[in-house]
Amino acid sequence: MSQLLEVSGVSVTFDGFRAINNLSFSIGSAELRAIIGPNGAGKTTFMDIVTGKTRPDEGSIRWGDMSQSLLKMNESQIARAGVGRKFQRPTVFEDQSVYDNLAMALKKDRAPWSVLFFRPKPEDRTRIEELAAEIGLSDQLHRKSGELSHGQKQWLEIGMLLAQEPRLLLVDEPAAGMTLAEREHTTDLLKEAAKTRAVVVVEHDMEFVRRLECKVTVLHEGSVLAEGSLDHVTKNQDVIDVYLGR
Amino acid sequence: MEKSFLTRNPSVLIFIACLALFTIAVTVMSEAMGSEMISTSFVKTLGKTLCLCLVAIAMDLIWGFAGILSLGHMAFFGLGGYMIGMWLMYARTEMIVEASMANAEIPPTAQEVVDAIGTQIFGVVGSSDFPVIWTFADSLFLQLLLVVAVPGLLALVFGWLAFRSRVTGVYLSILTQAMTLALALYLFQNDSGLRGNNGLSGLQNLPGADAIPQADISLWFFWASALALGLGYLLAAWVVSGKFGSVIRGIRDDEARVRFLGYSVEGYKLFVFTLTAVIAAIAGALYYPQAGIINPAEIAPIASIYLAVWVAIGGRGRLYGAVIGAAFVSLLSTWFTGGQAPSIPLGFYTINWVDWWQVLLGISFVLVTLFAPKGIGGLVDHFTGRVSPERYGADLGPDSGSLQEQEAEK
Amino acid sequence: MTRLIMAALAALMLCVSMAAAQDSPIQALLQEHRALIEKSSRKTIQPAIDALRDSGLPEAQAVLEKWQAKDLWQRDADKLFFFGEKVDSKNYRLLDIATGEVAGEFPKKELNQLKPNSGVRSLIGAALVQFQLMAKDPAKRIEALDAIQRDPAEEHLVALAGAIEKETDPDIRDRKERLVRLLTISYGETEEARIAAIESFKGDLGVDVRGALNPLVATSREVAVGALHDGGNIATVLKPGSPEFSEAEAYDLLVSKDLVLPRITAVDRRAALQENITDARVGGVPVAQLNSEDARERAYQALAEAGLVRTAATQAQIAEALAAHVFFETYSEPSAAITEAANDTLSSINTQVGFNQFLDLTLDAMSLASIYFLAAIGLAITFGVMGVINMAHGEFIMMGAYTGYVVQQVIPDYTVSIIVALPLAFAVTFAAGVAMERLVIRWLYNRPLETLLATFGISIALQQLAKNIFGTQARPLTSPAWLDGALVLNDVVSISYIRIAIFVLALIFLGVFLFIMKRTRLGLEVRAVTQNPRMAASMGINPDRINMLTFGLGSGIAGIAGVAIGLYAKVTSELGSDYIVQSFMTVVVGGVGNIWGTLLGASMIGFLQKGIEWMNPSNTLAAQTYMIIFIIIFIQFRPRGIIALKGRAAGD
Repeated sequence: MSQLLEVSGVSVTFDGFRAINNLSFSIGSAELRAIIGPNGAGKTTFMDIVTGKTRPDEGSIRWGDMSQSLLKMNESQIARAGVGRKFQRPTVFEDQSVYDNLAMALKKDRAPWSVLFFRPKPEDRTRIEELAAEIGLSDQLHRKSGELSHGQKQWLEIGMLLAQEPRLLLVDEPAAGMTLAEREHTTDLLKEAAKTRAVVVVEHDMEFVRRLECKVTVLHEGSVLAEGSLDHVTKNQDVIDVYLGR
Repeated sequence: MEKSFLTRNPSVLIFIACLALFTIAVTVMSEAMGSEMISTSFVKTLGKTLCLCLVAIAMDLIWGFAGILSLGHMAFFGLGGYMIGMWLMYARTEMIVEASMANAEIPPTAQEVVDAIGTQIFGVVGSSDFPVIWTFADSLFLQLLLVVAVPGLLALVFGWLAFRSRVTGVYLSILTQAMTLALALYLFQNDSGLRGNNGLSGLQNLPGADAIPQADISLWFFWASALALGLGYLLAAWVVSGKFGSVIRGIRDDEARVRFLGYSVEGYKLFVFTLTAVIAAIAGALYYPQAGIINPAEIAPIASIYLAVWVAIGGRGRLYGAVIGAAFVSLLSTWFTGGQAPSIPLGFYTINWVDWWQVLLGISFVLVTLFAPKGIGGLVDHFTGRVSPERYGADLGPDSGSLQEQEAEK
Repeated sequence: MTRLIMAALAALMLCVSMAAAQDSPIQALLQEHRALIEKSSRKTIQPAIDALRDSGLPEAQAVLEKWQAKDLWQRDADKLFFFGEKVDSKNYRLLDIATGEVAGEFPKKELNQLKPNSGVRSLIGAALVQFQLMAKDPAKRIEALDAIQRDPAEEHLVALAGAIEKETDPDIRDRKERLVRLLTISYGETEEARIAAIESFKGDLGVDVRGALNPLVATSREVAVGALHDGGNIATVLKPGSPEFSEAEAYDLLVSKDLVLPRITAVDRRAALQENITDARVGGVPVAQLNSEDARERAYQALAEAGLVRTAATQAQIAEALAAHVFFETYSEPSAAITEAANDTLSSINTQVGFNQFLDLTLDAMSLASIYFLAAIGLAITFGVMGVINMAHGEFIMMGAYTGYVVQQVIPDYTVSIIVALPLAFAVTFAAGVAMERLVIRWLYNRPLETLLATFGISIALQQLAKNIFGTQARPLTSPAWLDGALVLNDVVSISYIRIAIFVLALIFLGVFLFIMKRTRLGLEVRAVTQNPRMAASMGINPDRINMLTFGLGSGIAGIAGVAIGLYAKVTSELGSDYIVQSFMTVVVGGVGNIWGTLLGASMIGFLQKGIEWMNPSNTLAAQTYMIIFIIIFIQFRPRGIIALKGRAAGD
């Protein structure tokens, strides 16, 4: 099976500190993957590199069927190529309504000129309403997103990601600050999404990861320590030493 | 159930209605209509104020909505003025020169006419040759094109350079200020081709309209300014009402997030920057024929900062706020600096407002920033019962998000 | 009887004096050359003058001076020489040339005044110069050298050459030798000697050398019919119509040599046509058609043929004349070898001058950079440490300058007042900064754009306040006398002491700043708050206090910078705003949060501005324009400045 994203031999250094060290990673086009690792393992930096926020010092990142290099593209080009990202802290446009937030994320032409003349068609509205239903925000559609609860903001952000229809979803600690019920809902959303696209979840919470029932990659000091099912990696002595055994 | 643009934005209708009423009222009371209630010079002041309101709308678009505190928009305003001023000055001088040469016994050659115009215009800077930039000065159409093209192109090039390198926030403000300063200093030179610090003058005289009284001309310009303001307001309201408005407000609040949604933030910024520069230039092209003179001091960075002050006092992030701010502060400023405000005797010292107005303005500006970040426009919320959304402690400001009117309705 | 005695006495005195006169070696010498002296011709007199000059007799100088002044007389009776003094119109008193004793009064008709012509007098003068050059008093010798330098002449050369050997003072000797070489350039006897002298000055910066060499390479424009003929020292061949030699100039040259018909200017022709209008026609051409130069030329030609106006060259004739002649520049100096050597030496001097000008420029740039550094350092602290943009920073600089001015009104002694003003300016602006931080900025943290605008509000209020208090005219801030003047290294390089003082002040500030940040508790706390305010707060550091002190420190330094800037520029209410944009540029270019970045930024902007000014010296306004454009482009390549924070600390 051809891989959707192939990261090979990537390193990045901040002021002498090697945040990512010869990291290689790949994921298929419809796969759910969890990345775990202790603090400072380079999880967020890894996401920064894939989304174009941070330029690696060396290594290559290949993307899609044509094996394009992502290194030559900027953030918005990468996003348009089909990489969606959810941040650790919920980042939605608090000043705008849930509807506007979703409308902005909808997969449409993103050039300024066409956005200027864009007027939503009935099917766009339907799509937004569907998404709102999916993330449980149908009633909140015309409220300002700043007024939503923390969990609702997390979902709104996931909803925006889905609206983008990305081929790869990078999700940074989605369960942080959620109630148990909300977590279950989130798990379902991610699993559902992974049926049609690649999803990478960075998470601390072992219970949450276990519930995802997927392959797990363990990062440590900027490189891959172990890979496999959760049960497999938790038995790995290295992993126990650096992460669990402390 | 798509509502029409105007029903979604009732404030636009209200604004247009107010503007129309105001225009009619001023017209009826003007000298040109035989009434003595408003002097011609005051009609000019009002017409100029409308132009300032238009450039304030441009400033609000770029700052209040897109979050870019540009300290360069008065430079575009001034450039627009210079472009139209070149035609006004050339055409009028040409008429005067031709009239005076017609009496000569031998008809002048084409070159002699051009030389005489050059001597007339550039005599003050010790030159008589036409610089290259005056190539199109004889054509009103081309020069009108330049009103839009020159500031637009400058904004495009500068914006492309600045946004491309991801200069944001205060850095960008300082960079725009530097651009303005560079332009002003350049124009201050005598060999800049635009008469150095003499600037262009006599712009209030329309070529070929010597027979028409200034009262009429001032009214024409007043109408043109009102029309431009109305159209500018409509355009701005339309731009910010749709998804484009969503995106630029998104850029203002969280640029990186918009980028990760796949929007090319730089392109949007550049678009808004250039669009507002063009609006500012058009406002300038209408302003300076009413002011009669333009010189490089008008372009100095301080002017652009005042523009930001107007918008801040009026209330940024809402278009009518910008208009109110510009009209209120500039008229007040005219009143105070014109020596019409009564002095306040304190016994040991007399407060002469010509000297103290700037101090008052500076202090009140600090107070507005501190205590009324929504500006005068914020008063509207009190009357309409609009409340700003609960932000869980987040600030209300241009960086942290400000109000989009309809959403705040509860 | 009495008369007899008198006559006898007189005869006796005469004998005595005659004997004395004849005895003196100087009289003998003169008598030896009597024939030449009496003949007094420029061509033949030289041996007599030389004999006197080289005699080594102490009286020789006095004799030469009197001779030159036409005060040397000859008694007809015995052909002896005396100094003469007028008694009345008929009688002259004679003095002995050796002793100066009175030899008696004689009627004019018995005497013969020596009247050397101007040629002879100048030869005597040259001989006298040598006496001055060898005077005992060194001041006299230097005076003589100065006089020669002021007004060099051919005859000085020999005199100078002769005066070197016996010179004891090494400095004066050097000067004499240099002057000899300098004179040799113009008056050397052989071409080889002149060339050697010219070449000896390679790389010499003296203005006098360039003064001596430039006339050698002076050229004049000449014209020849057809082709160039041989002879003459030709510098360049000119092509009419080239930028340095327009066709009009070429034609004017031809006219000035009477080789062609003069042209008529457009204005004159127009006037001539106007005078000859008959029946709405000029020379057969209808007036209405005279709106082109061609038509006017035709009309004028017709008038000229009719003899109504003087004939003038037509465009075609002008072109023909230009084609038929060769234009060239020729040296007035006939020897090509000498002009070549002079050009060589001049170019080597110019290289040397260029190098020194570069040095001078570097010093200028350094002092400008130190001013920018002083102006920007406070801003760098508030911006770098607190992320606060302070638009009123320029007004703090202005406050410092006005503080200095006020102190000078109270304390008249400039040295004392400067010493008082520096700490006082710091105190005043420190207090103003703290007040501003407490009242305004504290409420606007994390809202940088609003801070920018609020501080701008303060800036316009302060500026107007200064105008209201001190008026709009510039106030002087006078520097103490020991800062006046300049350190002169050579004819090209010099730097004023005040600039050196500002440079030193900037270095002191750099040191103080580094000391505070690296070695004191305050610096540690400031760095802690910069890096992580929350963490710092939890360690017991009060961030409010730190912010307040930091802001006060930055403002205080602005105040001191104000005093320094006030010393070298006039103090006005606009002083601050003149520097604010450059200060911001310095901080932005240098990179935020690093004092070395600010230093580099200031140096870069200072050097850049001076460099651009050097390329376009007439226009400092344009220099600033180009500099700002350069900075905008520079930001493209280093958006975060020269020294940028990297990684997560950069906070993006």
